[in-house]
Amino acid sequence: MSNLTEIRWHGRGGQGAKTAALLLADVAFQTGKYVQGFPEYGPERMGAPITAYNRISDTVIRAHSNIYDPEYVVVVDESLLEAVDVTAGLKKEGAILINTARSKEEIIPHLKGYEGKVYIIDAHKVSMATMGKYFPNTPLLAAIVKVTGLMDEETFLREMRASFSHKFASKPEVIDGNMAALEMALKEVR
Amino acid sequence: MAMDITKLGVKVNWKALTEGMIIAGAGTSKDFNTGEWSTDKPEFIEDKCKQCLLCVPVCPDSCIPVKDMKRGAFDYEHCKGCGICVKACPFGAITMEGVK
Amino acid sequence: MAKRDRLSGNEAVAIALRQINPDVFPAFPITPSTEIPQYFASFVANGQVDTEFIPVESEHSSMSAAIGASAAGARSLTATSSCGLAYMWEELYIAASNRLPLALALVNRALSGPININCDHSDSMGARDSGWIQMYAENNQEAYDNMVQAYRISEHKDVRLPIMICQDGFITSHAVENIELLEDEEVKKFVGEYSPENYLLNPECPMAVGPYSITDYYMEAKRNQAEGMKHVSQVVLDVAKEYAGISGRAYGLFEEYRMEDAERAVVMIGSAAGTTKDAIDRLREKGEKVGLIKIRLYRPFPASEIAEALKNVKAVAIMDRAEGYTNHGGPLGADVMSALYRARGNALAVNYIYGLGGRDVRVEDMEGVFEALKQIIEEGGAGEAYRYLGLRE
Repeated sequence: MSNLTEIRWHGRGGQGAKTAALLLADVAFQTGKYVQGFPEYGPERMGAPITAYNRISDTVIRAHSNIYDPEYVVVVDESLLEAVDVTAGLKKEGAILINTARSKEEIIPHLKGYEGKVYIIDAHKVSMATMGKYFPNTPLLAAIVKVTGLMDEETFLREMRASFSHKFASKPEVIDGNMAALEMALKEVR
Repeated sequence: MAMDITKLGVKVNWKALTEGMIIAGAGTSKDFNTGEWSTDKPEFIEDKCKQCLLCVPVCPDSCIPVKDMKRGAFDYEHCKGCGICVKACPFGAITMEGVK
Repeated sequence: MAKRDRLSGNEAVAIALRQINPDVFPAFPITPSTEIPQYFASFVANGQVDTEFIPVESEHSSMSAAIGASAAGARSLTATSSCGLAYMWEELYIAASNRLPLALALVNRALSGPININCDHSDSMGARDSGWIQMYAENNQEAYDNMVQAYRISEHKDVRLPIMICQDGFITSHAVENIELLEDEEVKKFVGEYSPENYLLNPECPMAVGPYSITDYYMEAKRNQAEGMKHVSQVVLDVAKEYAGISGRAYGLFEEYRMEDAERAVVMIGSAAGTTKDAIDRLREKGEKVGLIKIRLYRPFPASEIAEALKNVKAVAIMDRAEGYTNHGGPLGADVMSALYRARGNALAVNYIYGLGGRDVRVEDMEGVFEALKQIIEEGGAGEAYRYLGLRE
């Protein structure tokens, strides 16, 4: 089980954290991995904090519990840094990825002394520049792939294009916007 | 294929019952002597009968057989003695204890 | 040829149903099973199946319509969860007593109250005595495999009973995981055509279904029904053997995981069994002799087989994802303990209530259960047999 990667997503209802977790499971599956992508379900309330999870492994995954000691945490909405203990159990060999327009120096004091790596991306900027609307999950998906190194960028982009082409067959303009968001996010994550 | 309903009497053991108690086949009620439930029977007075056949459709148990447009004797195997036929007959051709 | 995919448990069951192409599917939505009829409705709209899909106004009606369709001679099913199953209560008994081989895709969810949408087994455990065959799954793969095998079991001439294919709400129904699917043709061939001997729409031989049974007949009728249940285990094994031939995946009445020399064992149902396997592997690395029995077929209950599997175990924890309010444990606990008693088993047994209303079960929780069993063996007594796991005290 040493090859197991566990990722926890923190978002707010309606921001697509669950969809991002499922997309990540999808793309990792395409590269031959065993995957799990699942949300922690409750009442569906727009804006309420939600959690979603990924397990990605080279061997069969059997555990069906939530994830308490993840290698990676993705924070889809930075206002959650105050509302939720996002670094709870996060391994210091791992990393946290935060969607923010602020600098790392400004963000780190809000991480309750987390000692691991911190990555940031301005998903709002990427999303508005490429899709004209705020969909934070697409840029964050690319960013976490880069942060985790789960697959190389070329494979990731190829698989995502195939996935979008299938999903948005009747709306090709959506495919281009999403692909542009992924490509820009790969460059923007720091 | 209709099943032999006569084998399903109250003495039947559990193995001999049909699966789910289904009854396959039509008209199986004929096989039960429900006429045995009645205490009084209607009596057919053929001399008074005009063969209007008004009694036939009102019988809830189809106990008045009709052949060549004429009714025949009561089927007492299935008649429960309700007396509706007595009420339906305009000619007093059916009588029954207690029914006028 | 198997096809690798990644699907949620609900998608997996919906795809199995598309491959089976049943005749009639009446449905009423309820979380977390809603996606099954939802996906299936799209298969109907796309012309991928020729099923009569009937949106009805309640679960009472969806089960009634499935029963009517089955009596008419159609292969029918519906799907539901929680309160939806509760609302089907009287029909469950009617389906079983009329010996109608219909299926129910159940996505386990807690019954109210307090109102809750997450997983536990209180819904199906309440229906355990209704005369339905009940099968449970650990993951999406098992939910799919059980669904494909369902009609072969329920329609078998020695059985003819309705079957409930259960999976854990959200935990497997909404989690995307790897899965291997069979080809459509393979499933079609495996499941075969449904040709009942007697059915309502047979003009050659009309039929009466569900006749009134007075005291003279009722008890014999129930015993006759029980006979169908007695044949289920063998049919389940036969169908599983044939299924292994096309899928490569072996199934029994229950799964024994690392039980060969186990001194301590857990008996449980559903998705938490996977988590327990991880706990067992960790403990086995430390040399601890621990194992798992995961129930697949819960009704009928394979009592003697389970007692046999627990023969050499010193202590066993039976895990119930439902309360029984008996003051001494849950339904699985009662079943396993009675099996042990009849077999004069020596294992010290405790019964845990766990995972109610979606309460998470971690690998560490299950390690704790095995630790408690170790203590029980050391003390030579089970102590309090009615316990709670993961409860804030």
